[in-house]
Amino acid sequence: MTREQIRKTEGFIALSLSTLAALGGLFWLVFILGDVLVHGIKALHIDLFLNDPAPPGVDGGGLRNAFVGQLLITVCATLIGVPMGVLGGTFLAEYARGRKIARLISILADIMVSVPSIVIGTFIYAVLVKPIGHFNGWAGAVALAIIMIPVVLRTTEDMLSLVPWTLREAAFALGAPYYKVITQVVYRGAATGILTGVLLSIARVAGETAPLLFTSFNNSFYSLDMKQPVASLTVTIFQYAMGPYDNWHAQAWAAAFVITIFILILTITGRLIIKWRYK
Amino acid sequence: MARTAKKNPVDRFFSVMTAAAAFSVIVLIAGILYVLVSESSLAIGRFGVWRFLSSTDWDPVRQSFGALTNIYGTVLTTVLSLAIAIPLAVGIAIFVTEISPNFLKGPIGAAIELLAAIPSIIYGMWGLFTLSPIMSTYIEPFLKKIFSGVPLIGILFQGTPMGIDILTASVILSIMIIPFTASISRDSFNLTPAVVKESAYAIGATRWEVVKNVVIPYSKLGVFGGVVLSLGRALGETMAVAFVLGNNHRITTSLFDAAATITVTLANEFAEADSDVYLSSLFYLALVLFVLSFITLAVAKFFLLKAERKYSR
Repeated sequence: MTREQIRKTEGFIALSLSTLAALGGLFWLVFILGDVLVHGIKALHIDLFLNDPAPPGVDGGGLRNAFVGQLLITVCATLIGVPMGVLGGTFLAEYARGRKIARLISILADIMVSVPSIVIGTFIYAVLVKPIGHFNGWAGAVALAIIMIPVVLRTTEDMLSLVPWTLREAAFALGAPYYKVITQVVYRGAATGILTGVLLSIARVAGETAPLLFTSFNNSFYSLDMKQPVASLTVTIFQYAMGPYDNWHAQAWAAAFVITIFILILTITGRLIIKWRYK
Repeated sequence: MARTAKKNPVDRFFSVMTAAAAFSVIVLIAGILYVLVSESSLAIGRFGVWRFLSSTDWDPVRQSFGALTNIYGTVLTTVLSLAIAIPLAVGIAIFVTEISPNFLKGPIGAAIELLAAIPSIIYGMWGLFTLSPIMSTYIEPFLKKIFSGVPLIGILFQGTPMGIDILTASVILSIMIIPFTASISRDSFNLTPAVVKESAYAIGATRWEVVKNVVIPYSKLGVFGGVVLSLGRALGETMAVAFVLGNNHRITTSLFDAAATITVTLANEFAEADSDVYLSSLFYLALVLFVLSFITLAVAKFFLLKAERKYSR
């Protein structure tokens, strides 16, 4: 073989391997999603949303408690996490723009996005479960909120930084104080971006299981009381999938299907908005 | 920067609110560290630092605890999963940036990122119900047949393949971290200036030579940062491995054995710990994990920032 042929062959092999890797990645996506879809749809039934769980080993029943609980915890987490994140991001991008402290907090937030969520669960257990004496819904909501804060904070910071400085100057020139400039000019300019960050952060926490295991725990009864243990879809999936009954497994698949679809819709919507707004 | 505006009382209030929210990040990190240390003080007092980290004991009955089996499991699954994920992820990044026709770049990139959006519990459950049987009936017996006779490597493939083991957990973990590594690598590759690549093509380099000799050297900082970031993620991943690792507090040499990671131990035992020392030791484990992953993530961030500075020059 001539040198050219060797070089060409080497290139061909390497590029084929990369193509195979990409196909492999797609293969896993299709495999996992397909599997969740097939098993999930098979087990999907209107009773799943309307009934509470049957006693272990008895057929039938649903996961109404878990659907409602998940919604409750996620909404409360959003109500705590989003304002904190948006305000924090505002500080970094506006009042502390360019200062060292803004840079430090921004880096710490980036690190915190990836801190193991189960560690946050143990932290909340020590702070909000142990002193109270029992698992409760608020603990779960706060744990999820802590995961949301850095995500929302970083997106808000980035999105506010994209708003041109001249726009603020125009508002200052009209005599507006800084808070008015921020709330009425900057926020409006960055609204879509912030909303996207919020959507993606909800998608992120909606699938979290580890921080709920020993905060909101689980509850086999329908309950709206956040001071008591609250069921969540993810913890229920964990419990049911590890359990011995076939109908538990089926319901776990159905719950997995619902939660995956929910998260994928949020994620895709978020990405479409970014694509559409910030080309 | 609008200094005079700050005299407005509402503005002062608003700025203090935003500052408080921003500083909550620092407070939270310090708070987590403080609470974990104070909660594990009982275990720290009883087992010390070095003895806890180096002891293979995990015995709730005799109330003797050590972290080594958990750290071993964590490190082993993480290293294995990275070994599987890195080549695949870099391959995907090369495909998306250099090979694929333009109309495929968007969809494939989006698909890989969707893989990152799927919650870890779905991976875990899928691993338990779908991957684990496949591993135990096809892949693991196959690996065992090939490798168990080979000296040295052979010890990795001893025992009966059950599907609930280190290998299965590592494969699932690798599927989970491929998207992170791939998308950061892709972004880094994309930052290579077209002029540099074109110059290489102009002197007759093949496409692979451009990738190997121009793109990868140029973007290695970013790729390395992405790999370390994935490492940090893998260290703390709980649900994806909790289903398929078993919860076995022994140091084993075979990939077909069940094991325990720090996260799996926490997930399985935290709500059931029945004595103060037990609970305190679990907090101690959480502290070890927090410190370990925080340092890893900080290193990753350091390299990513360095890469960012380099590219923006």
